[in-house]
Amino acid sequence: MTAPLNRKQFWRLTVTGTVAFLGFWYLARLLHFSPPQFLPMPHEVLIKMIDLLHNPFAGATLPEHMLASMKRFGMGFGLAALIGVPLGLAMGWFRWLDDVVTPLFDSVRFIAPVAWVPFAALWFGTGIGGPTLIIFAGAFPPCLINAYRGARDVDIRYLEAASMLGVGSFKTISEVLFPASIPSIIAGLRIGAGLGWLSLVGAELIVASSGMGNLIVRAQSALATDTVMAGMIAIGMVGVVIDVLIRKLERILLKHRNA
Amino acid sequence: MARTQPKSYRRVVVGIATVSLLLALWYVATTATGFINPSRFPRPHEVLSAFNFIQTEGYGNGKLHQHVLHSLKLVAMGFSVAVGVGVPLGLLMGYSRRAEALINPAFLLLRPIPPLAWIPLAIVWLGLDDGSKILVIFVAAFVPSVINSYTGVRNIETPITEAARMLGIKGWRLVFEVLVPGAMPMIFTGLRLSLQASWTTLVAAELIGALYGLGSILNQAAQDIFPAMILVAMVFVGVCGASTTWLLGRLENLAMPWRHGRVAA
Repeated sequence: MTAPLNRKQFWRLTVTGTVAFLGFWYLARLLHFSPPQFLPMPHEVLIKMIDLLHNPFAGATLPEHMLASMKRFGMGFGLAALIGVPLGLAMGWFRWLDDVVTPLFDSVRFIAPVAWVPFAALWFGTGIGGPTLIIFAGAFPPCLINAYRGARDVDIRYLEAASMLGVGSFKTISEVLFPASIPSIIAGLRIGAGLGWLSLVGAELIVASSGMGNLIVRAQSALATDTVMAGMIAIGMVGVVIDVLIRKLERILLKHRNA
Repeated sequence: MARTQPKSYRRVVVGIATVSLLLALWYVATTATGFINPSRFPRPHEVLSAFNFIQTEGYGNGKLHQHVLHSLKLVAMGFSVAVGVGVPLGLLMGYSRRAEALINPAFLLLRPIPPLAWIPLAIVWLGLDDGSKILVIFVAAFVPSVINSYTGVRNIETPITEAARMLGIKGWRLVFEVLVPGAMPMIFTGLRLSLQASWTTLVAAELIGALYGLGSILNQAAQDIFPAMILVAMVFVGVCGASTTWLLGRLENLAMPWRHGRVAA
């Protein structure tokens, strides 16, 4: 590896990189590589984004679409975490549960979450239930796998100490396995949130009638490329915010554990 | 995923028993008692006849193997281009701090956008043809390839890179004898994530609009309210995902003989 850069070198290169990226984008337009309706310029996208804050597109403003998406995401991801984490920890503790759940889990885990879209729509409709199932399908596997691995990697001495002190199964899981696996669980929640958010976008592209995914797919059929790009950026930003919130949660949990 | 201890005899027996129990339950709930309405979830014999139908008569513009091959082809193309560009870029960013500082801004701007959100833009740019699907698969597979190759290089132990520098290893020898082998485990982690992302994205893109492919069967079957065909398509999405991942696992073992195949996919 080359030596670390000093602050001045680093910022010079970072600014150059950013300018080059935006420069190529502008250049593509100025040299007429692409007609304006296919490639809006960066500042046009930004203006569109601000405009969408109060002017509705596809029946709602950007914040309203965001809210609709967040509701679905909260339901799907919440369910995945509330079922996946305890189940994963329990699988790490009870061997029979591991033996029963693992083959079932293995037989469905290669099915891409968006492949659940037709059944989700058939069973739960396209409002909130269907997309919730798809987000669940995306977020559940990492929640389960990481809790399970965390529980399996707990130092055997803690478990021996717990069993010597006569601690029951439920308490061992909640008081020993859970706190010891927090870093692994949080890593799983972060991956799960990312995949859940991705699946949400997929679900909204295909079936939903509101939400950010729906916003960009409707903008696409209206050939409003600036709205598509503004929507993509907003989707990315919400994803980052969710990730930051989960990392905050980790800090709170670890502080509580170490106190 | 990576399970180091060999699967015991007991695990296999319990596994087979569980899956058989589930299949029996399926039969009882749908066919024997009619507890689950066949318009919601298909009966076992309906799934078999849907499978026969798509193999002999064809469904949604083609027979099953045509759809499967079409999807496989698109994934192979998008995935290999993404890996071919992403892994070298990640290695470069891991090795050179200058390259990292230069490329990172663009990467950080694009990285948080989920690959599925690129689908509408790809359709605007390239229409509903194969090109737009290859583009979104590329985007999906590119990010994990870059990040993991980058992390792989950064995690190479300092004594190894220092020894290489002291011995004056430079250029291609440095790349192929130090950086690539050192980063190999992480590169393969990235490839596995890329492959999963490729399948997810392809299925979504085909669900939105395609003439061929597994996602287009799903879409057609959903419109016809044909649950048995939905299930057939889902099973094959799983089979394709599992078999390509298995293939990648074999490749991983071949690429890292020093691990003696201890890490199976």
